[in-house]
Amino acid sequence: MTTADTILALKDLKVHFPIHIGTVRAVESVSLEIRQGEVMGLVGESGCGKSTLGFSILRLLRTPGIIAAGEIVYHGRDIVQMGRRELLSLRGKRIGMIFQDPLTSLNPLFRVGDQFVETIRTHEKQVSRKRALERSESILARLGIAADRLYEYPHQMSGGMRQRIMIGMALVLNPDFLIADEPTTSLDVIVEAQFLDLLNELRAEFNLTILLISHNLGIVAQMADRITVMYGGRIVETGPAETVFADPLHPYTQGLLASIPNIKLDQPALHTMPGAPPDLVNPPGGCVFHPRCPRATDICRRSIPGLTDEKGRWTACWLHAPGD
Amino acid sequence: MKHSPSRKMAVLFARFAVMGKKYGVEWWILVVGAAIITGVVLMAVFSTAIAPFDPYDQNAGPQLSPPSRTHLMGTDNLQRDVFSRIVYGSRTILGVAVLAAILSSVVGITFGLISGFAGGFFDKILSLVMDSIYSFPGLILAIAFAAMLEPGILSITVAVAVIYIPTYFRLVRGQTLQIKEELYVEAARAIGASGRRILWQYIFPNVIATTVVVFTMNVGDAIMIEAALTYLGLGLPPSIVDWGMDLSMGRRFLPSGVWWLITFPGAMISILAIGFTMLGEGLAEILNPRLLEK
Amino acid sequence: MKNILRYVIVRAALTLPMLFILLSVVFVVIRVMPGDPVSSMLGGHAPESVIEKKKEELGLNRPMIFQYVDYLWQICRLDLGESMILKQRVIDAIKLKIPATIELTFFGMLVTVLVGVSLGAYAADKRRSPQDYAIRIYGIVIYCIPVFWLGLMFQMIFGIWLDWMPIAGRTGARVFASTFEKTGFYVIDTILIRDFAALKDVLIHLVLPSVTLGLMLSGVFVRLTRANMLDVLKSDYILAAEARGIRHRRVVYKQAIMNAFVPILIIMGLQVALLMAGAVLTESTFSWPGMGRLLLERIYMRDYPTIQGVIVFFALIVALVSLVVDIVYALVDPRVRY
Repeated sequence: MTTADTILALKDLKVHFPIHIGTVRAVESVSLEIRQGEVMGLVGESGCGKSTLGFSILRLLRTPGIIAAGEIVYHGRDIVQMGRRELLSLRGKRIGMIFQDPLTSLNPLFRVGDQFVETIRTHEKQVSRKRALERSESILARLGIAADRLYEYPHQMSGGMRQRIMIGMALVLNPDFLIADEPTTSLDVIVEAQFLDLLNELRAEFNLTILLISHNLGIVAQMADRITVMYGGRIVETGPAETVFADPLHPYTQGLLASIPNIKLDQPALHTMPGAPPDLVNPPGGCVFHPRCPRATDICRRSIPGLTDEKGRWTACWLHAPGD
Repeated sequence: MKHSPSRKMAVLFARFAVMGKKYGVEWWILVVGAAIITGVVLMAVFSTAIAPFDPYDQNAGPQLSPPSRTHLMGTDNLQRDVFSRIVYGSRTILGVAVLAAILSSVVGITFGLISGFAGGFFDKILSLVMDSIYSFPGLILAIAFAAMLEPGILSITVAVAVIYIPTYFRLVRGQTLQIKEELYVEAARAIGASGRRILWQYIFPNVIATTVVVFTMNVGDAIMIEAALTYLGLGLPPSIVDWGMDLSMGRRFLPSGVWWLITFPGAMISILAIGFTMLGEGLAEILNPRLLEK
Repeated sequence: MKNILRYVIVRAALTLPMLFILLSVVFVVIRVMPGDPVSSMLGGHAPESVIEKKKEELGLNRPMIFQYVDYLWQICRLDLGESMILKQRVIDAIKLKIPATIELTFFGMLVTVLVGVSLGAYAADKRRSPQDYAIRIYGIVIYCIPVFWLGLMFQMIFGIWLDWMPIAGRTGARVFASTFEKTGFYVIDTILIRDFAALKDVLIHLVLPSVTLGLMLSGVFVRLTRANMLDVLKSDYILAAEARGIRHRRVVYKQAIMNAFVPILIIMGLQVALLMAGAVLTESTFSWPGMGRLLLERIYMRDYPTIQGVIVFFALIVALVSLVVDIVYALVDPRVRY
């Protein structure tokens, strides 16, 4: 399954949150590879585990979350088993991450420049403050922000600018992998469009591989080369973006895409999927989607479908299993 | 056999444990606090039965003798039994603290309700006064009152009570203001309910829950203030048995190695205060879990 | 800079009404209370005429409203009256005693912050662990132990049983303060005069009282720091900082504490009230010649003008500290400026 230019591979990853009423299985047996230079879109509804997946790559899970099993292999090294020091050198320097809300992601008490300098000097201790500021200035210039902004506080900037500052901080040390967790959710539509353009440019310039996590199918459609659909903590479909959008294989993906209102169609009512997201403490037996699946059969209720390859696309569904 | 005492105890304990599991450690804190308070209250109520000697008896035993079999906590310089004085002292401190808390709460809540409900200039002035008192060091205000009044139970109660009136006032006023704006009060007014009725039926019950927690903490604080005042020689005449006063009388003999005169009264004050604080903390968690997010 | 100045001015102006109310309350308590201070001062058996004459002399016979206005006017001129018993202006008595109290409360506060903030930060970091619960229990217990009893216990253990430290006063038997006294702050004075033996003596006398006072308040600080730290640790910027590879300890003890400290600053202002109350009790226990002791002495002596003057002084301090804390808060947190 691992091709030569795979940069990050998740193998049978399980992330659990043991809480007082039971164990929340946020991510269950997820296997995925991301290839060098591509944008992988990770979509799903709220609570499907996509953000948890993103956090777990850098082992940034909030207590009581733990990685219960599996491997996260980055350039041949398993992040799950990595020692503290190696992990710290990975974060920010080789894998960058940007978050949903740039206002709350920047420390309000410190000037932006100081936060840049801290990031740089954490990984390159010998760099002087002056040098660090210079480097910050140059990346800000690339992002279209004036150098004197470094002396401001986060609350003094607009939302779009803060988001660019965040990208700047994530890229200042030249990582080759970027995790973007719902980066446009807090931005208005125009700023969102600018942001996506910027991201595309940076991707080419910095030779980035991007994991784009979002519940917004629109931006994923614009940006992603391949997309992965998650539901109930599991992957239900993976494949080239165009193909998945044009011809979704998994009933959930079909339902998801059908739910998008289309102004061109004459729809008397919006399409919805009956039922509610699964209880992650006590997930339904068999296929996790079967209670809401319009095409569920007996076997769906009994056993969990594995990911099966169908012409370069992966689906976890009994309808597409081999020999059926 | 079905209703034997040991079985009853087991059932009681099981009930406790279930609540404990439901509410976690805060329940046990509450239980411990309540147990301590109950213990001291019992000591106060049954003091005549528990105390082996008359606390005023200046011939109970030898002078300044350390704890022994007959005198569990030793004797003081006037040959009085310390243990008996501790037992009787619980009445004073509990009495003053509870009385002061009741006084504070009644005055504070009443003014808070009226002020919050009436609004306007009266409210503004009263709030300013209350805020000023609230920001001033409580003990020093109490000292001022105690110094100006003749020593006695009433005086010390007033001195302690005054400090906490602003606390109740602010709490109740805040809640009153909030509830006043709530829709169901609007609705009641729309169907013609009078101001007094609204106050009593709608606002008051909501305010009660938080007030109970504050009251408990108030008694705990009042205990500390009462002890501080009597330690400084203010508020009560020496003829009344009191832990704080015994502490101040006993400290003169500390350099000579007499440790029992200060250890026991001080420990009792601490234990009682801890009891009320724990009860308050536990209640706060259980009644208003959102208020104290951990 | 302009922003801060504007904030200071506005904030200072807001202090005045509260100060006014406080001073009025003090007046009511001291002057309007039942009981006749003059007759008790004169021994309680003095003839009517003598009492009247004394009252006339002290201006206590005038209508209350005149006395009230006079009182406020005096305070504006920083004249806190004159002692009824000793030939001494209240303000002079205060000037004499205040350095001792300031020294005590300064070091006490130092202890409080050091102990409270570090324990609180540690407890927040190790949330729900046995250490966390132990520290929380410490917070409750230390608050409930009367500060004077804590002082007495320390005296007993360290002063008498172990005989490591003195239990009373600011200086020992063979050190005479008059030789170095200049500012009244003995720590500074002894350094100025380079008398290091005296400095050591002064410091060792400071240990027990300031630790006692400091520990008393540390409980509040532990709980406060812990609560604030927990909030801060949940923040996104902490997560984002960790995502950039900044190590956990630095994130907690540098970024998180700074953020958690800001609300603590406000509380520190409120704590000054508790600190003063604690100082009175600590000074009494350790025979520390400061403002607290002054107040108590004059109460025993029934020197009402001084009592009033000292309490007015306390009120002024409370107002001033509250103002200062708000200003410092504005300095630290750039979001709070009018």
